[in-house]
Amino acid sequence: MDTMSRSTTAPTAPWGRVRRSRYLADRALKAICILFTCLGVFVLGWILLMLLYQGISALRPEVFTNTTPGPMTQGGGIANAIAGSFILTFLGIVVATPVGVLAGTYLAEYGRGSKLAEVIRFVNDILLAAPSILIGLFVYTLMVQPMGGYSGWAGGVALAIIAVPVIVRTTEDMLRIVPGSLREAGAALGAPMSKVITKITWRAARAGMITGILLATARIAGETAPLLFTALNNNFWFRADLMGGVANLPVMIYQYALSPYQNWRELAWAGALVITLTILALSIVARLLFRKDVAR
Amino acid sequence: MVALSQKLLVTSMDKPSRRSPSFNSDQIFRLASLSSALLVLIVLAGIIGSMIYGGLPAFREFGLGFITSSAWDVQRDEYGAWVAIVGTLTSALIALVIGVPISVGIAIFLTQLCPPWLKRPIATTIELLAAVPSIIYGMWGLFVFAPLFAKFVQIPVSRIVEGLPVLGTILYARVPSGVGVLTAGIILSIMIIPFIASITRDILDQIPPVMRESAYGIGCTTWEVVRHVLVPQVGVSIIGAIMLGLGRALGETMAVTFVVGNANRLSLSLFDPGSTIASRIANEFNEAIGLQLNALMALGCILFLVTFSVLVLARLLVARATVK
Repeated sequence: MDTMSRSTTAPTAPWGRVRRSRYLADRALKAICILFTCLGVFVLGWILLMLLYQGISALRPEVFTNTTPGPMTQGGGIANAIAGSFILTFLGIVVATPVGVLAGTYLAEYGRGSKLAEVIRFVNDILLAAPSILIGLFVYTLMVQPMGGYSGWAGGVALAIIAVPVIVRTTEDMLRIVPGSLREAGAALGAPMSKVITKITWRAARAGMITGILLATARIAGETAPLLFTALNNNFWFRADLMGGVANLPVMIYQYALSPYQNWRELAWAGALVITLTILALSIVARLLFRKDVAR
Repeated sequence: MVALSQKLLVTSMDKPSRRSPSFNSDQIFRLASLSSALLVLIVLAGIIGSMIYGGLPAFREFGLGFITSSAWDVQRDEYGAWVAIVGTLTSALIALVIGVPISVGIAIFLTQLCPPWLKRPIATTIELLAAVPSIIYGMWGLFVFAPLFAKFVQIPVSRIVEGLPVLGTILYARVPSGVGVLTAGIILSIMIIPFIASITRDILDQIPPVMRESAYGIGCTTWEVVRHVLVPQVGVSIIGAIMLGLGRALGETMAVTFVVGNANRLSLSLFDPGSTIASRIANEFNEAIGLQLNALMALGCILFLVTFSVLVLARLLVARATVK
């Protein structure tokens, strides 16, 4: 007990053995935790530096205007892949947003305490972490096989299936923060439930819901596995009806990075830089938006 | 002015007659949100259904032997899942062994040690690691990490352990190329760190500060607070967080496809190339026809069963803590 009452400044001279081991364990824990945190920050820095180093030397203006070249030919760019990625992501988020927001609304507003809502919430959490390659296989069976070939529509649906659980989760969480008194005030004015939700709770939770949609966009913009079996890739511009392969950045990067051709590999690095910076920017904007709203 | 008030009067008199359509739109909105929510269930059912539908011919052809057979021969149309299953489990296990201490360390740093001004930048950095697409990890692993790993780990370690009884098999690289099951495990560990760390941080943040303060008040060191106060409180849900990370590691595809080596060979050495279920599907699916396609679907079915049970267990463990 005597040792316990002394102050915890650095032990110098004749400390009891128990005391020193406590001190050492404590110091070791702190050192290890700091070391591990530095390691995490270091790895992100390393990956970003690698991308900048390799990507910037490959970024020339024509990268953004030309379509993907043949192997070993000079010039060429990734304009078709950038446009394709944009369209597929847009398609995915346009399909996922209404479904996700409505489902999240059901869980937070209508399904409080119901068994069905509990089951749906659980399944949604499972889907949130489910391997994305299985979603690719599912959409392959659902759309690619019956339609007789790869298509941008199948790619968009696969991305939407990945985005929906993210949106459901954030929508529900954000709606739950909205105080019940707001809903009661709306109901007291005689507004039907749908009006209370769309005019009051959705407005109160708007910033959080938009954050969720932005995060879902960031999530699906870089997904490769589900596109591999649905939109595949294409070395030319996609067709206007989006049938057949649609060029997109992730699959282009995958195929070109593993190819033996120098010019393809360079384009893969350029694409990797473009897509990573876009996704990181989206995530940071989403966070800032949410933070600003919370501060207000 | 008169016209305007007339108009207002007309619209306000319209109101009662609109009551029943408004009632209907309320119903429609409720129905729409209910069916959207049900769509989540339908998607899960669809995933299960499509895996079973696609994999059934392979299971029928090979029976349960599909799981234990290590054959994968496209010419003779013989397929087995064993090599891919072993590769999946090994790489995920390596990822946990490396990733869990680091994630928990980061979570402890963020909740107990970090000065407040540094908290947000570091937490954001760790979360941004989760936003980086998996294909970027694959490129980093293959072009940056693997050559360094071959040069500074595989070659020296192989030289040291050569001829030793057990280590000489597990840690010996016949071809030190840098890719292999261990490399895949290391890349996976980096990828699951942000998930486990941020969930563990949230769990630790939920503990009432008064518990911590009273422990410090009787003279506990940080280590003793963590070991005897925090861990007993939330141990179960931290295991849940770890299982969530395991679920990610089992199903991760692109990064692993880059660095695992994609060989169908059962090797005792962690330095040798292998393959995982997800990497094999990603590699072969687009060229597969006939029975091979069914075999790949059957692999997907197995992956689904494994990850599904891990994730269900994880959610149950994490949920138990939040209820308490």
